[in-house]
Amino acid sequence: MSEGDIEQRVRKKVVEHLGVEEDKVTENASFIDDLGADSLDTVELVMAFEEEFGIEIPDDAAETIQTFGDAVSYIKGAV
Amino acid sequence: MFDLSGKAALVTGASGGIGGAIARALHGAGAQVGLSGTREAPLEALAAELGEGAHVLPCNLSDADAVKELPKRAIEAMGSLDILVNNAGVTRDQLLMRMSDEDWQTVLDVNLTAVMKLSQAVMRPMMKARWGRIVNISSIVGATGNPGQTNYAAAKAGMIGFTKSLAYEVSTRGITVNAVAPGFIETAMTDKLNDEQKAGILTQVPMGRMGSPEEIAAAVLYLASPEAGYVTGTTVHVNGGMAML
Repeated sequence: MSEGDIEQRVRKKVVEHLGVEEDKVTENASFIDDLGADSLDTVELVMAFEEEFGIEIPDDAAETIQTFGDAVSYIKGAV
Repeated sequence: MFDLSGKAALVTGASGGIGGAIARALHGAGAQVGLSGTREAPLEALAAELGEGAHVLPCNLSDADAVKELPKRAIEAMGSLDILVNNAGVTRDQLLMRMSDEDWQTVLDVNLTAVMKLSQAVMRPMMKARWGRIVNISSIVGATGNPGQTNYAAAKAGMIGFTKSLAYEVSTRGITVNAVAPGFIETAMTDKLNDEQKAGILTQVPMGRMGSPEEIAAAVLYLASPEAGYVTGTTVHVNGGMAML
């Protein structure tokens, strides 16, 4: 799985779950502040990432995933 | 009315009078039921009575590891888990001045902490399904208090605060969380009382009779149904008018 591939799949999940335009999902976009997620949405996003990539994201790591970039870099390290 | 076909329900304390009645009611409405409890024989008997769609899942709720495994076992047995009924409860009645730490802790562990852990474990499948029902069986004493039951009343009142808070958290996901608070019901728990004690309690019940487990089960069935989709965070008091809350 290439790094660009991971990024694309993460972006797709974010777009699906939060119903936002793809071009809004930038490196520094915060799920809550920029993409309109509430705290429960962020929990669900993490669940979606876990499923998409077949990984387990522990709660303390999940808390550090605030932006699209955070998610991509965590997942790159985990897969 | 109240069709639960295709739904899977887990009922804790299903070996008891109220839990058994709840399992019968949900099963009667078409749900698969996971019967949990500590005593396996009555669970097996109930499963045999209900027939297809009934699964025996023994579990001791004071064992933290077993609590964690229970929802997984339920999903393995039934394929999903849409309805959780936290009915199991224990009492260790004693005046506070004589209450041991163990009596306090056991009642809090089984009646309140297990509710939290089981609810937490079913969140993920319910959130994914965008549908879920959690029904917590509280007690009238959680609202009114009762001498000799500081532990039990604290746990049952705690359950109501828990119910309301969780109801808020998951309200936008099609998951409802409610409580049913039974009054004086004919069960093994109240059978221990002598006639004089029963008569004394009945003077405080406007209807002048004890309730039946089926009357509790009917409230649970409603709250578990699709028809109750707009009801969340509430406590349904089923007590013959003993406390009008």
